[in-house]
Amino acid sequence: MEAKNYEKIPAEKFNFVKNHDRFHDQKLQTKARGYFADAFSRFCKNRGSVVGAIIIIILILFAIIVPFCTQYSVAYTDTYYRTTLPKAKLFANTNFWDGCEARADGKRDFIYYYAMGLETGHNAVKNQEYTVDEDGFYHYRLDSYQKIGMKYVQLTESEYKALQDYQDKYEIQVIYPTVRKANRPQFPPNASDANYYYKTTGTGRTDIVYDENGNIIPVYDYYVEGNAADKYTSKMRIEGADGFLDEEGNVCYYSYAIVGPTVEVRVNYYEYYIYQHTQVLKDGITEPYFIFGTTGNGQDILTCLASGARFSFIFAIIVAVVNMFVGAIYGAVEGYYGGKADLFMERISDILAAVPIMIVITLLKLHMGGSSQILVLFLAFFMTGWIGMASTTRMQFYRYKNQEYVLAARTLGAKDRRIIWKHIFPNALGTLVTSCALVIPSMIFSETNLSYLGIINLSSGNITSVGTLISQGQAALSTAPYIALIPSVFLVLLMLSFNLFGNGLRDAFNPSLRGTEG
Amino acid sequence: MYMFKYILKRLALMLMTFCIIMLMCFVLIKLLPIVVTVQVGQDANIIYSRLEARGYICNVVYDPATQLWSYDTVPILTQLGTYLQRIFLEGDFGIGVTMAEYMNQPVWDVFVEKMPPTVLINVYSSLIGIPIGLGLGIFAALKKNKWQDQVINVVVILLISLPSIVLGLIIQYVFCYKLGWFPLTMQSGYDYFSWDMFVSMLPAVFSLCLGSIATYTRFTRAELTEVLTSEFMLLARTKGLTRGQATVRHALRNAMVPIFPMLLSEFVLVLSGSLVIEQMFSIPGVGRLYLDSINYQDYDFFMLLSGFYTLVGLCAGIITDISYGFIDPRIRMGAK
Repeated sequence: MEAKNYEKIPAEKFNFVKNHDRFHDQKLQTKARGYFADAFSRFCKNRGSVVGAIIIIILILFAIIVPFCTQYSVAYTDTYYRTTLPKAKLFANTNFWDGCEARADGKRDFIYYYAMGLETGHNAVKNQEYTVDEDGFYHYRLDSYQKIGMKYVQLTESEYKALQDYQDKYEIQVIYPTVRKANRPQFPPNASDANYYYKTTGTGRTDIVYDENGNIIPVYDYYVEGNAADKYTSKMRIEGADGFLDEEGNVCYYSYAIVGPTVEVRVNYYEYYIYQHTQVLKDGITEPYFIFGTTGNGQDILTCLASGARFSFIFAIIVAVVNMFVGAIYGAVEGYYGGKADLFMERISDILAAVPIMIVITLLKLHMGGSSQILVLFLAFFMTGWIGMASTTRMQFYRYKNQEYVLAARTLGAKDRRIIWKHIFPNALGTLVTSCALVIPSMIFSETNLSYLGIINLSSGNITSVGTLISQGQAALSTAPYIALIPSVFLVLLMLSFNLFGNGLRDAFNPSLRGTEG
Repeated sequence: MYMFKYILKRLALMLMTFCIIMLMCFVLIKLLPIVVTVQVGQDANIIYSRLEARGYICNVVYDPATQLWSYDTVPILTQLGTYLQRIFLEGDFGIGVTMAEYMNQPVWDVFVEKMPPTVLINVYSSLIGIPIGLGLGIFAALKKNKWQDQVINVVVILLISLPSIVLGLIIQYVFCYKLGWFPLTMQSGYDYFSWDMFVSMLPAVFSLCLGSIATYTRFTRAELTEVLTSEFMLLARTKGLTRGQATVRHALRNAMVPIFPMLLSEFVLVLSGSLVIEQMFSIPGVGRLYLDSINYQDYDFFMLLSGFYTLVGLCAGIITDISYGFIDPRIRMGAK
């Protein structure tokens, strides 16, 4: 090996690396990742939370959009379409979600519904299909939209004319031949039941009389020309449009004038409902169609659920934000100043935290009897809710307030307010946001409980809540379980997704987990 | 000695909190106008003199001309004095005035009569819930990340997300209505230890304990998995203990530190019960009484039961904190 002599290197061979006056550290070439970006990327890695977040977004969209899309409003009720079963047009040909219930009845009850379809073509017995078992029971699916069948309604002359016009214009039959009072059932619960257009045993009885072929015998009334005493008349019929004729050529498209200007007509309620809502009320309802069915009051469950959910979300978010705001300020002051102020403020929040929410809400309700229940609920949730936020903030402040960087900031002359908000508070923000997100479902849950217990009643006018729906559903659990089912499913989905979401959020805002999942 | 002082301090603080809450409650209730309802067939004279005798009103005057009664409300602090005097000297918490069922009955007696169903249901629920919850939690922790653990995890998150209303409804619908295994609501009567009564309580017990099973399972699993990964477990194994010995003697004991206080507070909370479940299954317990007293505005009942619930909550909290100190003397909850 050649030995080099390095002992004498000429001075001019030495160069400065750089000919600048100062050296600078090189700027980092990587992209800086902020606290929230970091949290977001960690959140996205947790599959469960992402699913939870997606479900939450779907539920929120449901709550926002659906109230604008449905034809019904929360205030809408219908006397006859009560506890109507859920129906989706997509499933109309299946035996599931078709608005029908499976029934097994004796012949009399079966014929009652079967005859409706025979008369009008609106089949109360789904597709007029049925089977008879060896015990003589008829098995069939009863359509809860058509089972109302006929109703006698009182109309004024002008209303009657308008209805006739509608019939002629759209060629839809609404009014059907009437039945003489004497031929109608006269004993409760079937008194004046418009569905008996056929012969029954004796006056006012509901046992059906069949002809020799086993068919029902219609007992429509016929207009007798020239009989002035006959109140069953067709003179209300508008000119030029005949009703359908019976075999003898008589018009049996009859109405029955009772007293004064009103007439009583026998209408198919399904068609009459459509006529009422599209022509008379013009409230945007085109037909009876309840995807999730109706409650015992005849409210549309889909609309109520969506409106209730929307109300719950908005309410919960407002309360959570107010709580966070107040709690953050209170906790920051407590935690930052410490000492006597902390001790005193801690006692106040300790006492408030120990008061059960039931007491708060009852006292508020008793003292604010006149004002709205929403305000009572808001105050109650506020009074008990901000304490948690305050203690979260306080804890974070205790953790960070003695760290070197805070000391440095103070040495540089930063004011208290600047240190609190600029230097310490951002550390607490993550935990606060997490607890804020977790408080939303617990608030909806408490509201549900309180509505269920009857302490808070939010169902007034155009407002309802998920809890109100569930308690209505429980009252009718044995007859109409779907009323409780659908709001319950909503509530479970909400709690589940918020739980998943909250877990992910908690991990995401925990910087110590950075990089642990590889 | 330090422990003793610590306990005393916590107890004094608790008592102070309790007194302040009850004072606020009392004042706020007494600020409300007195409800004087004279029903048909009742003598107004008796009702007014009774209110006067209880120290709520004074100077009752009846004006025959206008047929109106006029009276002055006794100052609230005087009322408080009478109230406390009656409680401490005579054990008299007032009498029921508005609820037809408990009209003119001593509030305390009714309250005591309503205790057994609530306590029984909660005790049954704890007796079922705690062993299953702990067992499942330990099992899941030992089988961590295997399929058994994952099944348990999914079930636990489902049960935790299931609100007690929905859980109660499902149980009521499926087991009581569809399958008909249990009656829809609890049997009436006072024969609390008969078999029929026990069966009629079961739906409510299940609704209560499923939730607590899930909570205990999750908590135990989290604690135990953390302990199982500690260094001293490795040491225990290296010194020659089998896995079972190491788990029982070292891991479980350490995992119990946070779990045991939770169990203790559960035994205090046994008294309070769940309003929703009592309402749903028509359990004639304290919760229902409380709800009724709120709905019918029976203030003496409301005061007693509010005090009861507040006290139970405070006691549960303090017992948790103090038992931490006993189990692990390094921990002093709420101390400097």
